[in-house]
Amino acid sequence: MLKISKIGAPVALLLAGSMALAGCAANEQTGGSTTSGSSLSGTLTGKGASSMKAAQEKWTADFQTANTGVTVNYSPDGSGAGREAFVSGAANFAGSDRALKDSEMGAGKFAGCAASSSALNLPVYISPIAVVFKVDGVTDLKLDADTLAGIFAGTITKWDDAKIKALNPDAGLPSANITAVHRSDDSGTTQNFTEYLSAVAPSVWTKDPDGQWPFPGGEAAKGTSGVIDAVTNGTNTIGYADESAAQNLSKAQIKVGDEFLSPTAEAAAKIVDQSSRVDGRADNDWALNLDRKAAGVYPIVLVSYAIVCEEYKDASVATLVKAYVGYIVSADGQAAGQSAAGSAPLSADMQSKLKTAVDSIK
Amino acid sequence: MSTDTLPESPADVAPQPPSSLIPAKKRIGDSVFKTLSTGAGTTILVILALVAAFLLVQAIPALTTPQDQQLANGYGYFPTWIVPFAFGTVWAAAWALLLAVPVALGIALFISHYAPRRLAQGLGYLIDLLAAVPSVVFGLWGIIVLAPAMMPVYTWLNAYLGWIPLFGGQVSGTGRTLLTAAVVLAVMILPIITSLTREVFLQTPKLHEEAALALGATRWEMVKMSVLPFGRAGIVSACMLGLGRALGETMAVAMVLSGSDVITIEILTSTNTNTIAATIAQNFPEAFALKQNQLIAGGLVLFVITLAVNMIARWIVARRAQYSGAN
Amino acid sequence: MSTTVAQKSIPSLTAGKLPRGTTPGVLVASVVVTGAVTALFGGFNLAGTVVGGIVVFLVAMYAASWAVEGRRKASDRLATHLVFGAFALALIPLASVTWEAVSNGVARFDVQFFTYSMRNVVGAGGGAAHALVGTLWVTGLATLISVPIGLMTAVYLSEYGRGTLARSITFFVDVMTGIPSIVAGLFAFAVMSILVGPGTVSGLSGAIALSVLMIPVVVRSTEELLRIVPNELREASYALGVPKWRTILRVVMPTALSGIVAGVILAIARVIGETAPLMIAAGFTQSMNANPLSNAMMTMPVFVYDSYAHPGVDVLPYTERSWAGALALIAIVMILNLVGRFIAARFAPRTGR
Repeated sequence: MLKISKIGAPVALLLAGSMALAGCAANEQTGGSTTSGSSLSGTLTGKGASSMKAAQEKWTADFQTANTGVTVNYSPDGSGAGREAFVSGAANFAGSDRALKDSEMGAGKFAGCAASSSALNLPVYISPIAVVFKVDGVTDLKLDADTLAGIFAGTITKWDDAKIKALNPDAGLPSANITAVHRSDDSGTTQNFTEYLSAVAPSVWTKDPDGQWPFPGGEAAKGTSGVIDAVTNGTNTIGYADESAAQNLSKAQIKVGDEFLSPTAEAAAKIVDQSSRVDGRADNDWALNLDRKAAGVYPIVLVSYAIVCEEYKDASVATLVKAYVGYIVSADGQAAGQSAAGSAPLSADMQSKLKTAVDSIK
Repeated sequence: MSTDTLPESPADVAPQPPSSLIPAKKRIGDSVFKTLSTGAGTTILVILALVAAFLLVQAIPALTTPQDQQLANGYGYFPTWIVPFAFGTVWAAAWALLLAVPVALGIALFISHYAPRRLAQGLGYLIDLLAAVPSVVFGLWGIIVLAPAMMPVYTWLNAYLGWIPLFGGQVSGTGRTLLTAAVVLAVMILPIITSLTREVFLQTPKLHEEAALALGATRWEMVKMSVLPFGRAGIVSACMLGLGRALGETMAVAMVLSGSDVITIEILTSTNTNTIAATIAQNFPEAFALKQNQLIAGGLVLFVITLAVNMIARWIVARRAQYSGAN
Repeated sequence: MSTTVAQKSIPSLTAGKLPRGTTPGVLVASVVVTGAVTALFGGFNLAGTVVGGIVVFLVAMYAASWAVEGRRKASDRLATHLVFGAFALALIPLASVTWEAVSNGVARFDVQFFTYSMRNVVGAGGGAAHALVGTLWVTGLATLISVPIGLMTAVYLSEYGRGTLARSITFFVDVMTGIPSIVAGLFAFAVMSILVGPGTVSGLSGAIALSVLMIPVVVRSTEELLRIVPNELREASYALGVPKWRTILRVVMPTALSGIVAGVILAIARVIGETAPLMIAAGFTQSMNANPLSNAMMTMPVFVYDSYAHPGVDVLPYTERSWAGALALIAIVMILNLVGRFIAARFAPRTGR
């Protein structure tokens, strides 16, 4: 019938278009499995924290280059989505901004793991969280925990407040309102930021740590890029975001003990070595209690975990996970993460401990 | 077969004999076609029922879990937690509709009755282009271009009209206010409302228009007397479509609006009431167990809000008989 | 035309009308005067001057027209100006958004962008071929699902529907427009998890999610247009002995064709840019996947959002790719629109307009 051909025309065009394009990406045609000596093949599915997306992208690229038969898909849907997908067996490993809680651990709770297997939490990604600001004429800003808490809790509202001036006697602070930008979405960054404030400035920051911003009102922005955009495009603004995303914005120095520390990779990575492990976990589980008061350590740090099975149901998945996570915690992998995502590489000591943990995966 | 050879006047149509005298011939094509179209309609009801069932099943824990557990493991006690977001959803969508409808009707009239006939098609196409812009891009545009550009306006409004509660409060430092979000939403629903009303206006019977003009009406009076009444049902439908989009729009609002969980009618401050859809999008990635149930229950509430809005609109339309060729 | 004019017995035909060139003249004068006044008080800014000038213009023209031509003409002029103004107003965001997309996107709008995927690409380079293929598949499948269902439902509602079923369909279609997009994604994900297996993401799953969003738009826009097809056409067709189904296919639908095509294109435009549901239902991958039935499939909006939201250390290549993706999406819908318009113009019957 004529009618059908009329309606069918655009649809056919659409399908023809996709057929023509189907499966032809110029960069995927060359090579083939002959270029690497690796015998690994298959698809590895990871899901979780968007904080380590940039690093995962680099790790994925390196790993796929070395093992051409393997495709790794890491979807940055968020920690919660990642944990849920891991529990339901939809993801082979999860990326999470926090370790699984004791109540979430246990044999038989994970559909992708063997019946007797629990999960392992491996801290693979450390990123300093920078306090970024944009105030006309001010490039250096020193803050202590109480002042920072006051600014974000809304008790300090002007840039020329006495408390800020006391820390920055030479800065030309304007008599303008502070616009403190926080994350509107539930995030590991907010969780770690509020953990720091409630641990170090409990008298000012009266709320419990939470991934969701606990105070009502204030300027809220979605995601790290949203905060960066709001701070950049606004006036007299301050916010917190992953150090690697801060780019051209000025970053505040944070008072630790008697010194002021910038958010550098070295100052941040130390926190993993100085923190204690969560009690009652398996030998190879590296869930940590972060110590945010340790001297010489930049305290506002995000630590993300790779969550894997102790023993996988499917041995071929276990092989892939071991190879991939093994690469992530290696010296090469950590250096690659630093170059691509600005993360803080794990110390050599920590790398070898995690190597042992990865090797134990069955 | 070409339709323009068909007689256009009802006078040419012979009066049909009462069906009791000559029974209509049963045709297979007719019954197949009717069954197909009825089936399609029923399919929609089934899909919707499935979506509703999915929402209900997922939302039940948020509605049945005791209050103390909801406070401990969720975002808060659901009935009180959701209220601000429900308000924010309606508030933002209402502003968007308020901004978009007059402009959309103006554009539709412009294209159907005011623009030079030759240009009209191309101009309509231009407005349709707005519908082509993905919501993420609108979000980016809202943050990077619109919000900073609106800042001086907000400061001015706040300074001179701040005594009106709407414009009161501490003016935002970034421009990411409810009004900005409403403008973005308005731009997003503009092509939807325009496209449908334009087509309806174009279908206004020529005879109605010419009759009005022949009586000495100005162009505007002709529009008021023939085009707008004829398009009434279509206008309401178009607005509902636009409102549906505004109520459910997720990404652009989530990116542009500086939202929180307090109820405020001030539209120029940093503290704005968030919308349900944006809240779901912002928190879903990190949501787990009960929190996830609560967010889906939020989706259910949004569903109910849309239901209520549509019922009201239907009621308004039904109060006057529709102008419709098929009636 | 009006008796007052005749009584005054003014000789010229153009009497009682504002002279030609009044409109542009007053417009320029209003803007200039407003600019001068604001500059005088030290608060000159361009946007304010233009807005203020237009308000002054509207008032001045209304007053002048009332004085010379009478109240009815004055209202007519005001309405005309407002209608033109509404159109001009809508062009501002359009121009602004387009400019942003073009100026930021053109840097990476190259051959590599359309032929490379992001597999093994870190930082600069790479492209969105995988996302383009994904979007074409997902949107194409969604269109294949939605258009027949939506169009047939619209036919049912306008031609057959009477009574409770029709009323409830009409009503629930409206309700369906309010389904938040993310809920549609979750729904599709849940359905596929039950049907295929837990955690299934695929292009088909994404298409189902988009269909839920797309169907009500198709129904709403086509039903309205089928309804206003004049009854005379239907009756004439019946009188010639044409069966009802053929009347619908050959008379009713072709008459409303341009609107139906516009509606379908609008529906495609509505869903092709959806991000949230596709992230959940179609998944995320850096590699080409041309099979919509298994494994994650990348789509353009997800690509755009992800490039913007999670850049690496070197942000620029990511934002450039993001804008190039946005530009490509806009271009796709533009092309669809053109094709649709061509079809409508080619096959629609002449209606005298």
